[in-house]
Amino acid sequence: MRNAFVRALTDAAAADPRIMLLTGDLGFKLFDDFAQRYPGRFLNVGVAEATMAGVATGLALAGKRPFIYSIVPFATMRCYEQVRDDICYHRANVTVVGVGGGYSYGPNGPTHHALEDVAVMRVLPNMTVLCPGDPAETVAAVRALIAHEGPAYLRLGRAGEPDVHPAPVAFRIGESLVLRAGDDVALLSTGNMLATAVAAAELLARRGIGCEVVSMPTVKPLDTGRIDAAARRVRLLATLEEHSLFGGFGGAVAEHLAGSPGAPRLWRFAAPDRFASSCGAQDYYRRLHGLTPAAIAERVAELLAGAP
Amino acid sequence: MRRADHSVAALAELEARARAVRRATVQMAHTGRTPHVGSALSCVDILIALYFHALRIDPPAPDPDDDAFVMSKGHGCMAYYATLAERGYFPPTLLATYARDGGTLPEHPMPGGAPGIEVATGSLGHGLPIAAGLALARKIDRRAGRVFVLLSDGECNEGSVWEAAMFAAGRQLDNVVAIIDYNGLQAMGRCDDITALSPLAEKWRAFGWAVCEVDGHDVAALVRTFDALPLAPGRPSVIVARTVKGKGVSFMENETEWHYRPPSADDLARALEEIGG
Repeated sequence: MRNAFVRALTDAAAADPRIMLLTGDLGFKLFDDFAQRYPGRFLNVGVAEATMAGVATGLALAGKRPFIYSIVPFATMRCYEQVRDDICYHRANVTVVGVGGGYSYGPNGPTHHALEDVAVMRVLPNMTVLCPGDPAETVAAVRALIAHEGPAYLRLGRAGEPDVHPAPVAFRIGESLVLRAGDDVALLSTGNMLATAVAAAELLARRGIGCEVVSMPTVKPLDTGRIDAAARRVRLLATLEEHSLFGGFGGAVAEHLAGSPGAPRLWRFAAPDRFASSCGAQDYYRRLHGLTPAAIAERVAELLAGAP
Repeated sequence: MRRADHSVAALAELEARARAVRRATVQMAHTGRTPHVGSALSCVDILIALYFHALRIDPPAPDPDDDAFVMSKGHGCMAYYATLAERGYFPPTLLATYARDGGTLPEHPMPGGAPGIEVATGSLGHGLPIAAGLALARKIDRRAGRVFVLLSDGECNEGSVWEAAMFAAGRQLDNVVAIIDYNGLQAMGRCDDITALSPLAEKWRAFGWAVCEVDGHDVAALVRTFDALPLAPGRPSVIVARTVKGKGVSFMENETEWHYRPPSADDLARALEEIGG
């Protein structure tokens, strides 16, 4: 996703001279092509995320279209008040780009884990939150963002995620993508859980369980029309995210369904509300917290059979 | 091109305008029952020297080449609102809506809350990074305008001020001009009793800025300093303005109490009498 983001932005910058790329001293060699093609439009601000967010706001108020890049906790939480007061309050055309969603940087430890970012970004007024699910969705997200006016948060995974979509896709902000149809359960996935959602659906299909898979790269604004349509049809809704159980994508879906009488049961697959107490890679944490295709398929089957 | 001259008559006019802004400020603090009157009075002369001398602006006809101003010490915004009204950005009658229910002039400026207000502030440490971004965009677009930003001394406790100081010096943003309203009192006491703020000018010098120290209530000295900008080619400029919190109203001067207390009707009458016409 990281490389797809940089390629998409580098391509888009040719047609849109407003686009600038700022980094908080992260992304070694990643931006060389952008920097070479667009001198003066790439800036390493230094290890100073608060200043990066403020400078980006000033640039945006003067007509530029900056993307500011760092690892998720630094891009979102280190400079949270600048994101709130400077970027969001001014409706500045700034996209905060966080790399390393969820446990992408697992071995780096909890300082680098990104399990609260969607919650804290989506609560901000004027903020749009995008969590693409694979490289193709990342390219589509960059295009959607450039056509969009206002603050945004783009949550990336890292490098090397599998291609889930076999061909390029397109979505407008607020739209979701249906990957598979089915009438028993709808798996609503955001961000880097998409490949897992598709694999879990395949396992469920082998057990005769009809599984719809919806990719929801836009967490805010939520595609409530798609959620309502699924809710009318299936017996179980399940959300998948590599983020805390609290306040993220599953939380957003739950908030929406709370106002929907007769909605089916909702199960949220997510990370627990705690800091990791042991080290490990992304797959280790996914296994630990039941976020593998097999564990998800098993739990869905149990829930459909009436398990508490 | 839009510069005023420095004759005695012009200085007398600036001083008269400063008195008008001080009167409006204490009136707003009284009517709005708001705090921070001391902080606002502290920066009146700086704002007057900026808006009636230094800033290349034309309120009815904004231009991309104009100078910009960021009121980073947003809590002093009574003086800012009153100066904008005095300069003709909006009718002075709007000042009566300050801090009123349903109004657009809160105790810290909103974006677009009134004509002339581009940047909202209120949380300290935000203005200098934004000013640096505005200045960088002007450099990229080869625009002539400079970006002035007014900070409080207590605000210099914030790490983001020093991050942005290094950034602006590193990028050689000589179109940035920071002014520090250095009255020596912050919210809960004397700056130097709270952190090692002094020597403040030397800190800015060490961060790569061209520094000038000036009496922040001597309008003639402020005018001369602004005329000397940029203080050094290729470096951002900072003007450390020595000020008195509550300046112009004897019983408010150097009293931390007036960071909090709204003036009563009696306080207001005494203050207006002292400030005079």
